[in-house]
Amino acid sequence: MIELFDLHKSFGKQKVLDGLNLTIRGGMTTMIIGRSGGGKSVLLKHMIGLLRPDSGSVVVCGKDITRMNDRDLNEERKKFGMLFQEAALFDSMNVLENVAFPLREHTKKKDSEIRRIVRDRLYDVGLSGVEEKMPSELSGGMKKRVGLARALVMQPEIVLFDEPTTGLDPVMSEAIDRLISDTQRNFNLTCVVISHDLKSIFTVAHRIAMLYEGKIIAEGTPDELKQSDNDVVKQFLKGSLEGPISVM
Amino acid sequence: MIGSIFAVLDRTGRSVIHVLEELGGMLFLFVSIARWAVSPPFKIRQIMKQMEFVGVKSLFVVILTGLFTGMVSALQGYHGFKMFSAESLVGSTVALAMTRELGPVLTSLMVTARAGSAMAAELGTMKVTEQIDALYVMASNPVKHLIVPRVIAGVIMLPALTIVSDFVGIFGSYFVGVGLLDINKGMFIRNMTKFVDLGDIYNGLVKAAVFGLILSFIGCYKGFKTTGGAEGVGKATTEAVVISAITILICDYFLTALMF
Repeated sequence: MIELFDLHKSFGKQKVLDGLNLTIRGGMTTMIIGRSGGGKSVLLKHMIGLLRPDSGSVVVCGKDITRMNDRDLNEERKKFGMLFQEAALFDSMNVLENVAFPLREHTKKKDSEIRRIVRDRLYDVGLSGVEEKMPSELSGGMKKRVGLARALVMQPEIVLFDEPTTGLDPVMSEAIDRLISDTQRNFNLTCVVISHDLKSIFTVAHRIAMLYEGKIIAEGTPDELKQSDNDVVKQFLKGSLEGPISVM
Repeated sequence: MIGSIFAVLDRTGRSVIHVLEELGGMLFLFVSIARWAVSPPFKIRQIMKQMEFVGVKSLFVVILTGLFTGMVSALQGYHGFKMFSAESLVGSTVALAMTRELGPVLTSLMVTARAGSAMAAELGTMKVTEQIDALYVMASNPVKHLIVPRVIAGVIMLPALTIVSDFVGIFGSYFVGVGLLDINKGMFIRNMTKFVDLGDIYNGLVKAAVFGLILSFIGCYKGFKTTGGAEGVGKATTEAVVISAITILICDYFLTALMF
């Protein structure tokens, strides 16, 4: 579904991706794990063309998006939905306008139909009666749900999640994890989730890829990763200070 | 010795590259704005909303600025002209100054402080909270959605505000000159209509439109290029106001040299 070949990306002198290769399989949830500031969000942004690599290619459904012009890239982006780390809801719009935004931009549906679709998507993410609220009136968990409703409203094939449970309490984290699993199953989506929440890793993911020093150093099912004899993977999954990952 | 020469060359080179990058970024954004401004569908609702923000909501501050500028100009002019008994020229002098210079320049500086800074702060906040990335992800172009309506509003509303500023400024000078300083009413108005022609007003409005373009473009550009969280938003806002104000004053000189 998404293939990344020999991806390189630097910001100034800092090398973030260093010859990264990864294949995201269709119809399942792939979780990308790695330490904070290790380039996971940068990797996710390459998948949807928000960042262009210094070299290498990103192939989505057989098409290389790194060589596309803006118009073709926009067409490809319609296959995607994305939930941002802080939800990235538009401050100046209420919940209804936020979720309806892609429908009003890209379809000619009547307002009554748009309102019905928005209500349905909000119901899917466990929210109702919040259509008129502004983002500033919502809790962190509610914002993420609205962000997910907005990501799903155009019925995308692929949904990208950038640290969906960061900053949430354990109960809300569990609720969001379950929502991701249910959504993936119900809509048969291809999901890519970035996280360093160890609990999420084993409840949400069909496959896991570990990013370390700009490369994918291990990839497999959650069980395969648990059995991995790679010292970096072992240290990360154990959450230990001892090992090749240095904190200082 | 050689090391310090290389260090100076390095710093100079970096500065030149930085300036060229900024100019290139501005040119690229300007071309993009021009392209999206003429490509349908037109975002009429957003344009109207921005026109209200830039124009209607700046009205009070523009009226106050214009009124007191006209009043103080009349007061100063009166004392100057009185030395050679030409007090009746106060009206025409203030009217010329307001329509040609003070109206467009002061209005633009006030709108820069009020709306240009807000544009940079709002777009900067949207940038650092990934709302602009969200627009890209939803296959919508942020230039068309966010920048074009603001630039159109700036170009349309600045001349409109300048007309108001010119009017209240002249009214202020009339109030001070005729009402408080006893200048002959007939002479005051006759001299004003004799020395000020429509060309002065038109040229002032053209200036205002150019200044509207400058302040909205720089406000949006700085907001759009914001990095680094709250500190970055503050820096972008300050830069937007300072660069816009300086650019307006420099352009004013060249426009005046061309027009009058």
